[in-house]
Amino acid sequence: MSDPVSFGPDLVDVFGPSQTDGGPELVQLLTPEGERVHHPEFDHDFSAEELRGLYRDMVLTRRIDVEATALQRHGELGIWAQLLGQEAAQIGAGRALRPQDYVFPTYREHGVAYCKGVDPLRLLGLFRGVDQGGWDPNENNFGLYTIVIGAQTLHATGYAMGMQRDGVVGTGDPERDSAVIAHFGDGASSQGDVNEAFIFAASYNAPVVFFCQNNQWAISEPIERQTRIPLYQRALGFGFPGIRVDGNDVLATYAVTKAALQRAREGNGPSFVEAYTYRMGAHTTTDDPTRYRLNDELEHWKLKDPIERLKVYLRRNGLVDQEFFDDLDAEAKELGHHLREGCKALPDPKPLDQFGYVFSEMTDEIAAQRDEFAAYLASFEGSHS
Amino acid sequence: MSTTQKITLAKGLNMGLRKAMEDDDKVLLMGEDVGKLGGVFRITDGLQKDFGEDRVIDSPLAESGIVGTAVGMALRGYRPVVEIQFDGFVYPAYDQIVCQVAKYTYRSQGKVKMPIVIRIPFGGGIGAVEHHSESPEAQFAHTPGLKVVACSNPVDGYWMIQQAIAHDDPVIFLEPKRQYHADKAELDESATPEPLFTSRVVRPGSDATVLAYGPTVKTALKCAEAAEAEGRSLEVIDLRTLSPLDMAPVYESVRRTGRCVVTHEAHVNLGMGAELAARVTEQCFYSLEAPVLRVGAFDTPYPPSRIEEEYLPDLDRVLDAVDRTFAF
Repeated sequence: MSDPVSFGPDLVDVFGPSQTDGGPELVQLLTPEGERVHHPEFDHDFSAEELRGLYRDMVLTRRIDVEATALQRHGELGIWAQLLGQEAAQIGAGRALRPQDYVFPTYREHGVAYCKGVDPLRLLGLFRGVDQGGWDPNENNFGLYTIVIGAQTLHATGYAMGMQRDGVVGTGDPERDSAVIAHFGDGASSQGDVNEAFIFAASYNAPVVFFCQNNQWAISEPIERQTRIPLYQRALGFGFPGIRVDGNDVLATYAVTKAALQRAREGNGPSFVEAYTYRMGAHTTTDDPTRYRLNDELEHWKLKDPIERLKVYLRRNGLVDQEFFDDLDAEAKELGHHLREGCKALPDPKPLDQFGYVFSEMTDEIAAQRDEFAAYLASFEGSHS
Repeated sequence: MSTTQKITLAKGLNMGLRKAMEDDDKVLLMGEDVGKLGGVFRITDGLQKDFGEDRVIDSPLAESGIVGTAVGMALRGYRPVVEIQFDGFVYPAYDQIVCQVAKYTYRSQGKVKMPIVIRIPFGGGIGAVEHHSESPEAQFAHTPGLKVVACSNPVDGYWMIQQAIAHDDPVIFLEPKRQYHADKAELDESATPEPLFTSRVVRPGSDATVLAYGPTVKTALKCAEAAEAEGRSLEVIDLRTLSPLDMAPVYESVRRTGRCVVTHEAHVNLGMGAELAARVTEQCFYSLEAPVLRVGAFDTPYPPSRIEEEYLPDLDRVLDAVDRTFAF
């Protein structure tokens, strides 16, 4: 018997022991218990107004998610991709953006869409089946939801390369300097496109922040199926920094993303933010997580709820009164009403609408198919009376 | 005053790209080795030197990355022209082309345009190793949201690449690589080109119609010459556009000749010929004297190059098909 071959350093020596709680590298500014802690590199002096704003954003985002989930249960949506538990990751990232920054989302970025001013009712169209993205990406600098996971990270990188060519990076003018944020999840980190995006962004020093919400699950597959090392550590191999932040801590996510975006705007290239969070709900409304994960895990993460910890902090420090909560509750109810009534009123597309917009102008070929189908439909008129 | 010069297809494409870049500073070129080297076929020769590294971009070796970043550039208002080095290397970019490039305009209900040109040297006959001689056009013509064109000669190369770049929809631009440095033709830059998405009768005839595009146009023209020597008059149509198809000249021709043969280097099964035969049969049924016949590659992978001439449609195989249409 010969000794086993020795080959390179041991992973544990390089990356440390595997962590289930995010590990010591996790950037945190607000503990799950609502204690404000400080970080030597990433911090921000939040005003009471900012803190109340972030709380409000998270509550309203959760309301969007709860309403949409209910609408799916009532048969008004075909499917819904829930974000429950990821409110802090999305609001922290979304509020760190400037108006000139551009977002490339997955299909779960409802909170970021809200931050970018996209009417949440618009998001429902895709899931109701009345359109495939009802908003104008260039109106809110918010791309269409991308369902082929990871594909949008390349779009983000190309867009960022366009910004470089437009001279809106590293000018020193805060109103002008711009960056792109590419959202994706732990599952998508295995995709070739995501890895190619890392390479292109690094090669061209593109102003893009790769924002990965590691919610621990890719439908039924745990994070261990995607990676053997902490995801944020991959960034160094591509040639740019990676940071792991507590994705259930809106303050830390905001501070870290803000720094990453600023770095990109200043012309110092891409970076990777791993928002360490948890998908409290199912992958989508068609999924059944009880088949693949333990309730204990869910209970463990409930204690880290992103909204509760900020609520505790606001209360304990006397930054809110009952009127604040009452007003927010009324606002959330109004938002729910808007979504429920608005969703049911979304018009179904007409049969002939499917022929529109295949190209910038309809081709003769498609016009002929449309006309033929219109004549076919017309042939039934009156036959059922 | 018009000046003319004799150019190859490679030169025509190079001149066309240069002109497009001069006309619109939003035009960017990107691909593997397109910069200093000028591309493995030298189609982008000298362009990086004159337009700079920001506009002629040497990319990492990742086709999905090339096409995916082009989507982002298009969203930012640029008109990217990407080069896929060889036909057989386009498949890593297949998702980006089919799911992203082809659908963005539809999904956004026309709010977003995708003016991307994807240049692909295609076809065989250059004695290459595997994956360097393929004809993937049907896979893209089958995809709604993409336009697919194929040039066959230097003059078309010059005009069609400019028209494709100026067009607001994504265009798969197929270049017959065997022709790059082969025949020269007279280019008059002051001429007015025909619209991009049109087919053209390149040799009139009266006995049978031969449909071709890209590399097989030359083959079809040789067939017509040979047939003429035997007293048979073939009409040759260069399709030029594969999606959308421009069928009017085809129908007009077949209604006169009553016979139609389609030839392409791609596999016959579910190839362009199948669609063309179906349409001709639907629209010219009472004019046809014989079924529409297809002459293409066999439904086998592209073979080792020493026998590629036994695989690709050639003059004799096309003439044999023409003969068979007369045997009905």
